[in-house]
Amino acid sequence: MAKNDLQGTLELLILKTLAHNSSLHGYGIVLHIERVSNELLRVEEGSLYPALHRMEQNQWVRSQWALTETNRRAKFYSLTAAGRKQLTAAELAWEQTVKGVQAVMKFA
Amino acid sequence: MNLLRRITALFRRSSIDREIDEELQAHLAMRAEDNVAAGMSPAAAARDARLRFGNPTTTRERTEHADIALGIDSIWRDIRYAVRGYVNAPMFAIVAITTLALGIGANTAIFQLLNEVRLRSLPIAHPEELVDIRIIGGNKGMGISDTRYSSLTRPLWQEIERSHEPLSGVFAWRSSYQNMQTGLTANDVNPVRTINASADFFNVLGVVPFAGRLIGPEDASAACTSTSAAVSYSWWQSQMGGRPLTAAESVVLDGTQYHIVGVTPPRFFGLAVGEGFDFVTPLCTPPNVQREHFDVAVMGRLAPGWTTDRATQWFTSASTGFFDAALPQGYSAKSTELFRNFKLGAFSAATGVSNLRNAYDSSLWILLGITGLVLLIACANLANLMLARASARQREIAVRMALGATRARLLRQLLIESSLLAVTGALLGIALAQLFSHMLIRALTTGNDSLSLAVHTDWRVLLFAAAVAILTCAVFGTLPAFRASKSDPILALKSGDGHASSRRERFSIQRIMVVVQVAISMVLLVTALLFVRSFRNLMTVDPGMRDEGITVAFFNFSKSKIDDTHIEDFKRQLLSEVLAVPGVTNAATTTMVPLTGGSWTHGIDVGPVEGFSRFTWVSPTYFQTMNIPLLSGRSFNDNDTKSSPRVAIVNQSFVRNYLNGQEALGKTVRTKAEPRYPSTLFEIVGVIPDTKYNDLRGNPEPMAFVPAMQFPIEADGPGTRMVVASSLPSAIIGENIKRAISTAHPEVRTRFFELQQQIRNNLLRERLLAILSGFFGILAAALVMVGLYGVVSYLVTRRRNELGIRIALGSTRTRIISLVMREAGRMLFVGTLVGAAISLLATRGASSILFGLKSWDPATLAFAIASLAAVAALASFLPAFRAARLDPVQALRNE
Repeated sequence: MAKNDLQGTLELLILKTLAHNSSLHGYGIVLHIERVSNELLRVEEGSLYPALHRMEQNQWVRSQWALTETNRRAKFYSLTAAGRKQLTAAELAWEQTVKGVQAVMKFA
Repeated sequence: MNLLRRITALFRRSSIDREIDEELQAHLAMRAEDNVAAGMSPAAAARDARLRFGNPTTTRERTEHADIALGIDSIWRDIRYAVRGYVNAPMFAIVAITTLALGIGANTAIFQLLNEVRLRSLPIAHPEELVDIRIIGGNKGMGISDTRYSSLTRPLWQEIERSHEPLSGVFAWRSSYQNMQTGLTANDVNPVRTINASADFFNVLGVVPFAGRLIGPEDASAACTSTSAAVSYSWWQSQMGGRPLTAAESVVLDGTQYHIVGVTPPRFFGLAVGEGFDFVTPLCTPPNVQREHFDVAVMGRLAPGWTTDRATQWFTSASTGFFDAALPQGYSAKSTELFRNFKLGAFSAATGVSNLRNAYDSSLWILLGITGLVLLIACANLANLMLARASARQREIAVRMALGATRARLLRQLLIESSLLAVTGALLGIALAQLFSHMLIRALTTGNDSLSLAVHTDWRVLLFAAAVAILTCAVFGTLPAFRASKSDPILALKSGDGHASSRRERFSIQRIMVVVQVAISMVLLVTALLFVRSFRNLMTVDPGMRDEGITVAFFNFSKSKIDDTHIEDFKRQLLSEVLAVPGVTNAATTTMVPLTGGSWTHGIDVGPVEGFSRFTWVSPTYFQTMNIPLLSGRSFNDNDTKSSPRVAIVNQSFVRNYLNGQEALGKTVRTKAEPRYPSTLFEIVGVIPDTKYNDLRGNPEPMAFVPAMQFPIEADGPGTRMVVASSLPSAIIGENIKRAISTAHPEVRTRFFELQQQIRNNLLRERLLAILSGFFGILAAALVMVGLYGVVSYLVTRRRNELGIRIALGSTRTRIISLVMREAGRMLFVGTLVGAAISLLATRGASSILFGLKSWDPATLAFAIASLAAVAALASFLPAFRAARLDPVQALRNE
């Protein structure tokens, strides 16, 4: 059975976002998710940074301090090879969850 | 930021904090900027950013939490918190650490000794390749054996030296005490330990000289002309001041001058663990060697590709040739056949050889078990203390839980607290162990039989101490921690100290722990009582002869140049001179001093019956001197000479075993032929009662005494030993005899010891076991008393209300006291029951080292139960008495 929870979903969103953008800071990730989802999804900002740090511990992402286009110092995250592998696994798990939930909804 | 950098940043915690802070601030600032760009006022923009972000402090903390490195940092904070807690209430920490340090120290000390005598390899290159070549099953008492190590004869060594395919190199060695000349007269000598080593000894062992050169092939000579000697590092340091060796350096050992050519390295103590050596001199085998004298040990290094098993096979199949070539002359046909059928085997000698190992191995394991159990009891006490401490801290724990601490987090905190105690205790314990093991070694050292054992704290010892510490921590820390972290915060906060409203638990952890303690201390008490009583039995056993007031005297008159045929006459002359010394009430010569080890056996034929008997050649006054009565017949007298018929006095066991208890007088005994001891026919002229032979522990065995004057001339040598009876102290009588003899014969060397002292020294193992197990048994009882007292007091406090109500309702003091004491009695009952069962199982293995009693000794069990009952009554009476004096009003108001 596919394992999924809220935290897993946030991590999936972060991984997918970083897969499209080579390097983003935390705020950039929030903006990207909001824009791409047409403001349907709002990232819980309080959960974003613990998640990013946890993912860094797992070596799915790496970080680096750099300047933004507005010349502000910010911490930029990018995907590692392990992160890419994790993304594939998480995407598969997510698809199965969606399929499962849909099946239940249709049955009802 | 990688993990390594985070760990290195551990001590710069603020920098990580700052980094996280900066990251979050940047986020807020960017959001605010975008808001302003979208048209908000700066104040509204900042407010919106904060609203969207949520509580920044919580976020920061949660982010920090995600960092492993910071997790380590928080462990460090937990440790500091624990230390602060202990510093604030030092009594608990001091008691706990002292208990643990003593417990772990005692365990480690005994383990260290075990490690030294049993586990450690010899300090040589590739010790695992070293093998000892011995006769499989031993030499069955054949010939003369010097020491336990000397398992082969010289001819056998020569055979092996010639042919040893499985070994890349072989050597023979023997170790003995020799007399080092320290002055001019024969008696100015000091005993020193010498190893006689064959040419390849150091080569095969791979020991390189510390200075100069060691004994090597250049010292091998058929004519025994080499006078080189190597000296041990410790001797070189202590006796020669570590000065550089010159050609003039020499030493006189047993009358031969040796030139000191080199020093062995500091770590090399020889091959016998615990014995050490002072000199190494060349081993040389003269052509006219006694072929039945087992006086060397042979060792070798396995050649590449050989294992001990394959080497044993090789030596076994080669044995027939070896033993045929080394056959001693003069044995009876049967003994000769036995000798020819001996088989050699190769045995691993990686840990060297050791008398110590044989003598103390099982005792040390028993002691290790005992100290381990004592530590377990101490841990149970500590666990109770921890539980009490935890219930006193229930409020603190409840507050932490209410504030959101997880159970795992609390558990970690509590386990850190207990492991802190365990680690400190273990470190102190390792230090204490050095002291304890030195004390033990000193206790094991008797008289001149010094024990040179250097204790090392190697990885095995450290591993052992660490394992003990972890185990103790697990025992006394885990349970209380789990219990404390399980507590219900609401209940704890509501009731304050948590006593009154907690439900009564019938099978509380404390109770179980007390039962376990009682059971273990029961085992310890039974063990202690068994050893103490066994020792007492040995001390009071009747050897069948006099042992107090007897001085044993040795005379060596090799320098007197006595003609072989006159040796017995000279001995008689010495004896009459000794008898004339003031203070000597009686004296006799004997070939074997009783009760001091050693043995002398001959095969015999009594009519059609074949067997063995102990033989001792004594002068006529022996039985009077030793206070051995004559049951029938006559004693020896001066008419029993070389030319008169051979006569013997036998003991009752002899009569029972070989004469079916019939009248012994007039019957004859024939000894079997042995080299230098031709077959002889003796007529039995007297019977004595059974006496102990060489050991107090031994059972009666057939013994025969023969007149000293009839000792075979070909076996006689320039030395004798005497037993001297006197009412004067042994040291004085020894001095008197020494003076008298050296006036008459200045060239005769003398040596004395007190028989009773020597017998006591031989009981050292029993004494040590009795003292130590007794000490630990009492300690265990004391620990149980403390533990029981604590638990009963605790139970009384918990039942304060109930007891108050009972008193208020008219229960009498005696009934309250009996109520509480019944509680203790129940725990005692279950504990002793379990303990008795365990001790019956546990002490079964010790039967072999007990004397005069069985391991299932009802009196011992009863006494142990009685003492534990007394301890329990004592421990529970005080809390019970306090409970009975409870003021019901006070007790109920507290609710």
